[in-house]
Amino acid sequence: MANHTNHNSHAESHGSLKSYVIGFILSIVLTIIPLVLVMNPLFSKVGTIVAIMIMAVLQFVIQLFFFMHIREGEKPRWNVQTLVLGLVIVLTIVAGSIWIMAFNV
Amino acid sequence: MWESLKEFASWFFVTGDPLIYGAMVSIALTMVAIVFVLTKYKKWGWLWREWLTTVDHKRIGIMYLIASLLMLFRGGVDALLMRVQLAFPNLEFLHSDHYNAIFTTHGTIMILFMAMPMMFGLFNMVVPLQLGARDVAYPFLNAVSFWLFMFGAMLFNLSFVIGGSPDAGWLSYPPLSQNDFSPGPGQNFWIWGIQISGIGSLATGINFIVTILKMRAPGMKLMKMPMFSWSVLSSCIMIIFAFPILTVTIALLYLDRFAGAHFFTMDGGGNPMMYLNLIWMWGHPEVYIVVVPAFGIFSEVVATFAKKKLFGYTSMVIAVMGISILSFFTWAHHFFTMGTSANVIAFFAITTMLIAIPTGVKIFNWLFTMYRGKISFKQPMMWTIAFIPCFVVGGATGVMLAVAPADYQYHNSYFLIAHFHQVLIGGVVFGYLAGIYYWWPKLFGFKLDEKLGAWGFWLWNIGFYVCFMPQYALGFMGMTRRYYTYGWDLGWEPLNLVSTVGAFLMGAGFVFQVWQITYSIKHGERDTTGDPWNGRTLEWSIPSPAPFYNFAVVPQVKELDDFWRVKEEKANGTYKEEPVHLEPIHMPKNSGLPFIMSFCWFIAGFGFVWEWTWMAAIGMVGVALVMWARSFQYDTDYYVPVDEVRRTEASLGRVY
Repeated sequence: MANHTNHNSHAESHGSLKSYVIGFILSIVLTIIPLVLVMNPLFSKVGTIVAIMIMAVLQFVIQLFFFMHIREGEKPRWNVQTLVLGLVIVLTIVAGSIWIMAFNV
Repeated sequence: MWESLKEFASWFFVTGDPLIYGAMVSIALTMVAIVFVLTKYKKWGWLWREWLTTVDHKRIGIMYLIASLLMLFRGGVDALLMRVQLAFPNLEFLHSDHYNAIFTTHGTIMILFMAMPMMFGLFNMVVPLQLGARDVAYPFLNAVSFWLFMFGAMLFNLSFVIGGSPDAGWLSYPPLSQNDFSPGPGQNFWIWGIQISGIGSLATGINFIVTILKMRAPGMKLMKMPMFSWSVLSSCIMIIFAFPILTVTIALLYLDRFAGAHFFTMDGGGNPMMYLNLIWMWGHPEVYIVVVPAFGIFSEVVATFAKKKLFGYTSMVIAVMGISILSFFTWAHHFFTMGTSANVIAFFAITTMLIAIPTGVKIFNWLFTMYRGKISFKQPMMWTIAFIPCFVVGGATGVMLAVAPADYQYHNSYFLIAHFHQVLIGGVVFGYLAGIYYWWPKLFGFKLDEKLGAWGFWLWNIGFYVCFMPQYALGFMGMTRRYYTYGWDLGWEPLNLVSTVGAFLMGAGFVFQVWQITYSIKHGERDTTGDPWNGRTLEWSIPSPAPFYNFAVVPQVKELDDFWRVKEEKANGTYKEEPVHLEPIHMPKNSGLPFIMSFCWFIAGFGFVWEWTWMAAIGMVGVALVMWARSFQYDTDYYVPVDEVRRTEASLGRVY
């Protein structure tokens, strides 16, 4: 029922059309760059992988700011806690996968 | 024309097996019967208004419960078919292909379409009542979650008669689940059934986290919140972090199949082991997602039926929340034998053993709660007491499996099968049954019959040990999982026969439970007080069945087990009656959109399964249209006037 009781307080924390469009365009650009890099290799294999990862991290940050409204909300404390937990899990997933799938190399 | 139609039908429908034809006929007859009954008694409008469009968490909970019991039946029949096939050596009851399909659907249905919805049913039935709230945070989203689950489950089950069942195991490891080895739509049914219901699960996770953090009654600090709600919070945290991994992983698998990508293929730079790595990152938290709410149920039941405060509430909270984090650090123990480095194996073996610590804490807390309590052996308590030894043995065999060098022996043997059935049946099924028996009167207004329940209880319990204890031994004797038959020379036949007998005892237990429910609808003891078990938490302070707005007056909470405090104060005369002031109650309006949107997902899913892009496109456009329509809908809520609240309460015997 939270979405019914406070129409007004919600309306102001929903961002503007402009911020959504900017976020959308940035996301698309950051998705196209890795695609181009894979289709027409500019860098070495390692370079390409690093570039893709950088784009992924940037994309993550953009989503947080433009779509997830990380700066807004009455109690940013929850946001920070959730974000820290989320980062721990993401780190576990990525680093753990690399570690496991390296097969002792 | 006729010839091409016949050709299409023979490829579209599953043919060839008398069992399937029998099932087709019974499905068709059931559907005809349902349509007939609804039409004859003019119930279509009622069905639509009262159930299909409802956003009431209690009704959604009941629908989850019905769906999960049906799925328990289907998954159980799968299990019995397998046990019949294995009862004697060299039986030709099922062909190998059919056997593969059956163990696949058994596993998938039991975890994703039985345990998950039964859990969501309990969340819905209990959490808002326990928190003193009038609904969940997002009632509309809640209905969306339910219908996505329902249509996902229906899509999955459709594979039984249309297109053919998936048969690559419940987690569909590649390369077996790739096009080369699993051509045809069966595997796609698995992917899209799970994908669609998975969106619903994720939404439920978000919904209940917000409900628990934002909708608690005034005065209910987090550390005064009932234990079941804590366990739901823990489970939902795991859901929102684990389910996206599942969604992405099986989306990549679908890309491999549909678009010729190479994520998990043997060639082109793909790696099937990466799929195992990813799917178990979801799969391990998933088993804790389903078992942790069971721990919450046991905590409520033990405190109520021992008539004591839960022993070690704080340690219980820490244990339950700790496990939600720890669960993300153990996944590699599902594939110790894949051949990664010794350091990886050592790390994951140790984290796996660490799980035993918070779990042990809980077991001792329950035991100490019972110690010197006045225990009454009602059905919920019986299941709880049966759970403890069962889960301890299951946990101990789990620690045995965590010992990585030994795991090379146990891996994929019947020892493993017995272990996970012991924790999943002993933990999850016993727990949810305890919860259903415990909260049933609150939802329906009557208790389930004790005598028939006792039959069900003993048949389940004896059946369980008769079925699974021999399987530990069979594992040591070298029998590995997914064998569809075996020879006389292996010496496995006595234990397999015993195991099959046990499976049928459990099946008989289920029959008694169905009988118990149907019998109790007429003859069950009515609950007129709203507090049939002498309960401790807020849900027992309101009438049974709970009115649609739950609480006429939002309660003021002062302590953990606040309803118990009120009852004690009333008993010793220190209770101060506060003047009651009824106010109009703000409620969400029913909506047909969740049903329609999920139906559009079903159409899209069916299109994706058959790789009919046009159909998938139509479905997705439908989904987008419903979302568009919803975003311009402003008339979504209303107020229940004070008069109506007063009248409803008066009809339930409460005067304001």
